[in-house]
Amino acid sequence: MQYDSKLPIYIQVINSIKMDIISGRIKCGQKLPSSRELAVKYTINPNTAARVYQELERESICFTKRGMGTFVTEDEGVIRDIRKQMADEAIVEFLKTIKELGITVEEAISLIKQREDNE
Amino acid sequence: MLESIDVTKKFVGKTAVDSLSMQLEPGHIYALLGPNGSGKTTWMKMVAGLIKPTSGVIKYNGEPINISTRNEIAYMSTEPFFYDWMTVADVGKYYQDFFKDFSMDKYKMLVTNMELTDKLKVKSLSSGMMAKLKVAVTMARDAQVYMLDEPLNGIDLLARDSVMRMILTTAGDNKILIVSSHLVEELESVVDKAIFIKNSVFAGMYDVEELRTKENCSLADKYRQVFSNVEMGGME
Repeated sequence: MQYDSKLPIYIQVINSIKMDIISGRIKCGQKLPSSRELAVKYTINPNTAARVYQELERESICFTKRGMGTFVTEDEGVIRDIRKQMADEAIVEFLKTIKELGITVEEAISLIKQREDNE
Repeated sequence: MLESIDVTKKFVGKTAVDSLSMQLEPGHIYALLGPNGSGKTTWMKMVAGLIKPTSGVIKYNGEPINISTRNEIAYMSTEPFFYDWMTVADVGKYYQDFFKDFSMDKYKMLVTNMELTDKLKVKSLSSGMMAKLKVAVTMARDAQVYMLDEPLNGIDLLARDSVMRMILTTAGDNKILIVSSHLVEELESVVDKAIFIKNSVFAGMYDVEELRTKENCSLADKYRQVFSNVEMGGME
């Protein structure tokens, strides 16, 4: 994975895992790699990997079964929430950019519709 | 814990390391950064017990560096240290003779993962293969401190990936890993602490993820700040 070296790595890995869960590449209730395996898989520091799981647990996206490892939640509500949260973040970014470009929301909406029609 | 207490090393006409004081804790991977000739290699050789400080002391878990700390500290130097006639298997045996904590099983596992075969002659290896072999034979020791001097120099992307994987598989809660490199960008995601040495002098230790979280600053940005005093941010 390519990282933006100015942004915290743990957040970038968390977003990548969230995306995998939302898209179904990682299933509800599925066992996740150990934090050491996660470190190797993402080429990240083991302490960063441990932090990724701490944060995901804090957000109730994952849970730990003693001696069994880390698992993705089976609560589909949580997954709907992260989808909405990530969509919000994408929209905030988008609004920021079009504002910088001097485009109004209405103009942006019509540009989006035009593009959709073309595709 | 590894402590460098006011360590100075003078060679004829040159101070290679100048009153270097710092503490390194287990559970971290440290980048040791600085331009050529800044004193990184000299410091590591002192930690490995290969040369002695002119003044000051280096302690591992409270004990000054001596013959017995060598069993806890694995060091990989930049210069090649194998004989031409050796094969990949011979390199393993050579290390096994030298170090009690050397694991032939781990060595075999590491070299096999990297498509190095037992019968390959050391002198026929490409620089990428040689680099991987050097790291593998060092990491096959069951040490508490691992120091790798320029493990990424002059090797291709895939060889670097293998080296990184070996580093990450060996890292653990009770181990200290120290990696020196000029390739700061390559280490961004792997190290969690960075030590800067500028003109033989300690020039700061940083938590890399904290730099990103608090200052929106990459390790490479910090490197430029420390060594060139030039801001390399936006264009304004």
